[in-house]
Amino acid sequence: MTAPPLLRVEELSVRFRLREMVVRAVTDVSFELRPGRLLALVGESGCGKSVLASTVLGLLPGNAEIRGSVRLYGNSARGGASSPSSASGPPDGLELLTASERTLARHVRGRRIALVPQSAATALTPVRTARSQLVETLRELRPDIGDRHREADRLAGRVGLEPAALDRYPHELSGGMAQRVVLALALAADPDVIIADEPTSGLDRPLVERTVDTLRELAGDGRAVLLITHDIAAAERVATDLAVMYASRIVEQGPASEVFDDPWHPYTRGLLEATPARGFRPLPGHPPSLSALPPGCAFRPRCSQRDTCTGDPALVPVAPGRALSCARLPEEGRGARGPLTGSEPIGERSC
Amino acid sequence: MLSVTNLTAGYRRDHDVLTRISITLTPGRIVGVQGPSGCGKSTLIRVLALLHPPRSGDLRLDGETVRRFRYAAPAAQRRRVGVVFQHPRAAADPRHTLRRIVSAHLPAGAPGTETDRLAELVGLTPDLLDRRPHEVSDGQLQRACLARTLGADPRYLLCDEMTAMLDASSAAALVHLIKAQVEHHGRGALMVSHDSALLDACCDETVQWHDLGGPPAAPTGR
Ligand SMILES: Nc1ncnc2c1ncn2[C@@H]1O[C@H](COP(=O)(O)OP(=O)(O)OP(=O)(O)O)[C@@H](O)[C@H]1O
Ligand SMILES: [Mg+2]
Repeated sequence: MTAPPLLRVEELSVRFRLREMVVRAVTDVSFELRPGRLLALVGESGCGKSVLASTVLGLLPGNAEIRGSVRLYGNSARGGASSPSSASGPPDGLELLTASERTLARHVRGRRIALVPQSAATALTPVRTARSQLVETLRELRPDIGDRHREADRLAGRVGLEPAALDRYPHELSGGMAQRVVLALALAADPDVIIADEPTSGLDRPLVERTVDTLRELAGDGRAVLLITHDIAAAERVATDLAVMYASRIVEQGPASEVFDDPWHPYTRGLLEATPARGFRPLPGHPPSLSALPPGCAFRPRCSQRDTCTGDPALVPVAPGRALSCARLPEEGRGARGPLTGSEPIGERSC
Repeated sequence: MLSVTNLTAGYRRDHDVLTRISITLTPGRIVGVQGPSGCGKSTLIRVLALLHPPRSGDLRLDGETVRRFRYAAPAAQRRRVGVVFQHPRAAADPRHTLRRIVSAHLPAGAPGTETDRLAELVGLTPDLLDRRPHEVSDGQLQRACLARTLGADPRYLLCDEMTAMLDASSAAALVHLIKAQVEHHGRGALMVSHDSALLDACCDETVQWHDLGGPPAAPTGR
């Protein structure tokens, strides 16, 4: 049966108050991260993906206003010695949006939920070797580990780095190596939930595949993974579920293979067709300004179907496991399909 | 032309990242260089942008041999070569507004409307210009960095995995912009990337890294 979620995001909205404007970075976003599953989040640059990740970890700046709920639950699927804190916890979960900074710092960030931040490679401390940063992180998050250097080597191997590469300084690492160091740092405390924000940008195909395959293995071991990526091929390769974001909202959501095979939202279609391999055609027009969104569907000004549309943007279920925010629901999407479960863990999938 | 012959360069004394690399950029053309992660593509860009002195080799910029690098390079030479780096966060001063970043290389006395024009060109909405880097997304900052580079009206444009921070549609839009810049302003462009589909879609010619004359790619620690 479907495992209960590790993280449940409900009706989440984030606004930034900036001088005389309000930026709507996240609007009414809901999703769940379940053990054994990898949710890929794709969408236009600036649509709110990184803000969403920061919200979950309590890392937003002071001018942010947050509504909704983000709950973290214990992991019955894993538990065990590796993550003593995860099996316990209140049954209705820990509300992260109201949790104290102390709770987040001591029990959540890095320990239960790890973030691989975007452009993380540029955030490594320049004056210390990768090894010293990794050992330091282990000292803080895993005081139980005796031989930290061996553990560092093991983590390096897990992300596809030679242990010797750990002895370099950040400026001596190529972009790809630095990115893998950052992933190793995120894995240090063996978190239940991994949020990776563009962990493969700029890497070549073999390294992209290796990195996302690692994430998928981590999910396969009973963790939940949120992969934020611009790399459609990478998402297609490893995602079990897909969410497509446009102008602060999730506009389409469902089992990854379903959405990739048969995208319904005009934005999803446009995004998939813009890849170099599939035509390299940009969407018409400019990305919208999140401080001046039009009422109704924000994609409408750029939508090929706008002339025949009423523009209601609510995200509604349109078939088992699939949701869509488009006033022109595709006719074939309404009930014509067989039931989709879309929630069995990776290990049980037949692909 | 911007060309380099038999270029050898590196950072540590005992290790060359590039060995005997040769490549030529011509105004009006886009050359793509495809190579794996960590092979030295960014180092090549840094040398061509006069940001990193090579150990040996002949670097020529429109007929002149380049002898001085970084801040020692003559401003007239530096201005002629523009770069867009892979990581915009590392390439933008966090204290500056996007307006200031975009206008950084505009000629002194250029009207403020020039900044707006550049922003519009790269698809930045006006509301973003009063923000600082931490108040915009990585992709929005990358657009600002491209606008800044175009503001210098460079004859040569070097793009280092420029679209890695962008979604497919934004990447296509910016690459089409580079193509238009090359065609209409006679700029010569170099696009380095690991992504052959991307290079095939926009370059007049694509060269494999190992055909540039160097030895097999340096170990990347895979
Ligand atoms: N501190 C802030 N104050 C005001 N606006 C902000 C702030 N941080 C981000 N934004 C805005 O919120 C929106 C979402 O930004 P976010 O970084 O989440 O985008 P993204 O989807 O991650 O984009 P990318 O793909 O380029 O990384 C953007 O329009 C950005 O300009
Ligand atoms: Mg982002």
